[in-house]
Amino acid sequence: MTQAHDNDSMIDGRIDSVPGLPLGMVIDGSVANGVEVKLDPGVSVEQIKVGTFVTLQGANNRFFGVVTDVGLGSTDPRMKFTPLSADDPFVIQALQGIVAFGTVSVLPQLTMPDVVGDEQEPAPAKSIPAHFSRAFTASQEDVETVFGSEQDGNFWIGSPLDMETKLCLDLGELVKRSMGVFGKSGTGKTFLTRLLLTGILQNGDASSLIFDMHSEYGWQGQDTDKGVNVKGLKQLFGAKVSTFTLDEEHSRRRGLSTDETVHLGFNHVEPEDVELLRESLNLSDVAASAAYNLREKYGEESWLKEFLNAGKGGSLLELAEELQINAGALRALYNRMGRFTRHGFMVEHSRTDTAAQMIEHLERGQHVVLEFGRYGDDEAAYILVSNLLTRRIHRKYVEAKESAMGGSGKEPRPLVIVIEEAHKFLNTSVASQTIFGIIARELRKYNVTLMVIDQRPSGIDPEVLSQVGTRFSCLLDNERDIDAVLSGTSGSRALRSVLARLEAKQQALVFGHALPLPVVVRIREYGPKFYETVQAGGDSEDERKRKVDELFAD
Amino acid sequence: MIGPPTVRRIGEVVESTSTSFVAQCYRLESAPALGGLVRTDSPDIYGVVGRVTTEPLDSARPVLARGEDADTEEDVIRDNPQLARLLTSRFQVFIAGHVEDGVTHQYLPPRPPRVHSFVYACDLEEVSRFTSRLDLLHLLLNSGVSYSDEIVGACIRQAASSHGQPSDFLALASRTLVVELSTDVARLNSILQRISP
Repeated sequence: MTQAHDNDSMIDGRIDSVPGLPLGMVIDGSVANGVEVKLDPGVSVEQIKVGTFVTLQGANNRFFGVVTDVGLGSTDPRMKFTPLSADDPFVIQALQGIVAFGTVSVLPQLTMPDVVGDEQEPAPAKSIPAHFSRAFTASQEDVETVFGSEQDGNFWIGSPLDMETKLCLDLGELVKRSMGVFGKSGTGKTFLTRLLLTGILQNGDASSLIFDMHSEYGWQGQDTDKGVNVKGLKQLFGAKVSTFTLDEEHSRRRGLSTDETVHLGFNHVEPEDVELLRESLNLSDVAASAAYNLREKYGEESWLKEFLNAGKGGSLLELAEELQINAGALRALYNRMGRFTRHGFMVEHSRTDTAAQMIEHLERGQHVVLEFGRYGDDEAAYILVSNLLTRRIHRKYVEAKESAMGGSGKEPRPLVIVIEEAHKFLNTSVASQTIFGIIARELRKYNVTLMVIDQRPSGIDPEVLSQVGTRFSCLLDNERDIDAVLSGTSGSRALRSVLARLEAKQQALVFGHALPLPVVVRIREYGPKFYETVQAGGDSEDERKRKVDELFAD
Repeated sequence: MIGPPTVRRIGEVVESTSTSFVAQCYRLESAPALGGLVRTDSPDIYGVVGRVTTEPLDSARPVLARGEDADTEEDVIRDNPQLARLLTSRFQVFIAGHVEDGVTHQYLPPRPPRVHSFVYACDLEEVSRFTSRLDLLHLLLNSGVSYSDEIVGACIRQAASSHGQPSDFLALASRTLVVELSTDVARLNSILQRISP
């Protein structure tokens, strides 16, 4: 670089792109299948991992891509049948790199601006670099250009494979569409979710409502591997987070105070909820739809209460006759609902509208965590409560948005609803009925999106899954789950090999709406250092020091 | 250069083609080794020694065994002094390059050496200088004779000892071979094994 050049770049306040380590050159390829890069003799094929970022310097463009496959090639197809003396280092050394070489398949995803820091944004690649174009590992600047940097207000979620670079997410974009966190049990879904939620809270553009099945997000969670407690959102953000609980006693036992205790009245339960619980409560079709008849008879407010009273009074048979329903079905409904309504959080009549309370908190810009306490293990309770509340919140949001569109109110604050075990709400048989199915499909228009957390994505209705904009997938090994997560993604064949080779912990393949290209992320550590960063409002002590040093460096 | 040229003069061209020539040795059994580098004079053409033959001058008079009563092989030669006159040694040389206007090229010269050109054995320094590039291997590998791999192997082995760092030279040679024979690993392997230190 000349002196003059140096000065230029300093005046502009930007630097010329620095390529990473040279890897090899392009020898083959197509737009559809990506390009094949032959590795230079000095580069060991073992250094390159699937999912690594690579830049390709074409004649006029610089391409940014990801390694989708690593292979071994030879100039002589008969080599594999030729007996070679593998113990003679002279022969092996001579053959290596020229006759027998490593190849990597690279999918060029973006064309990069010529100068890093230029106004020009990376654009989707519609062509490929020519033969003999050089390939390099992507440098820190490249990654920042593509994914944005922390300085630009993006959230640091981890690092790309084999790089120390901070990989950032545009949270504004992320919350615009539904998102999914997938992965089999024990792969770090909860940690990743906690991290994302922290980001969303920090970012402040959206509120979140978390149906916290196992009480892991509110005050504290557990790191079962290390056997330590980790801080929850309330500890990190204090007043910004309101915790609701269904099980006051459970919270008290854990020595935690919660902001509100939730009681649900029978008057809040609707026949749609019963329909949804059909599978969990093992109800027949007829039994579940009897709830509609009951509502017709007793009215919206008191159908469940009256029905349970009738059951207690022993007049179920007459009721069945009157409504022309199978008496057995009605009895089944009575038994199951009777058992269900004995839960501590169910009351005969509740005047407080928990949903309204929650909305109040949400509108104040707070984030709501609903802890289920001991009811977390009760699938039916989780489904009922989350549905019941979400349906009400949804209604309010639709109203608010519609009046905002009519010009008579302000836009509702974007809301992210977090649900676990999503396949229970969103499986093919109920997705069309549950409120979550509706939210996933259309509520983006009403500023509400879902964050679904699940270990069996294949159980989720494909139609709903296709609406999940950004997907975070930890390791999955079931074929059907992998198919489901990758459905509707371009280049899914290449991603499949990446996904199946993720490490069991702290790694996730992230792709979709909020990212310009799929990326394997080594998830950032969620621990003391992270708390410090969050509580200091962004930078950790080290980071602040580094920035000061950088500022005053000569 | 070491010593006057005449010291290293070993024979004379007796047959000449564009790609190779045959030289006759001045003295019986004094042909250079297989793979050795030789040079003709005016014009300067370099070549690598291939097949060496020693045979009767008159093909109608075959050599007969004469040592039945002799004690040693030397006795046979001493008792039959005529043999030196009846036999001759010849060697074939594959052209590997030439000098034109003072520049050494490792490709075929425009014209082959003239018959009766003197042939000199190159000294270590000349070998080292000429083999600092190895485009000549392309000519040797494609000489079309069945034992070209042997010539190549012998040539590299001999040249290696003329270089200060034989291992560096061998590495260069193996890289050149690998590029030349990238589509024929079996042949490449056999030559590499011949030059493996």
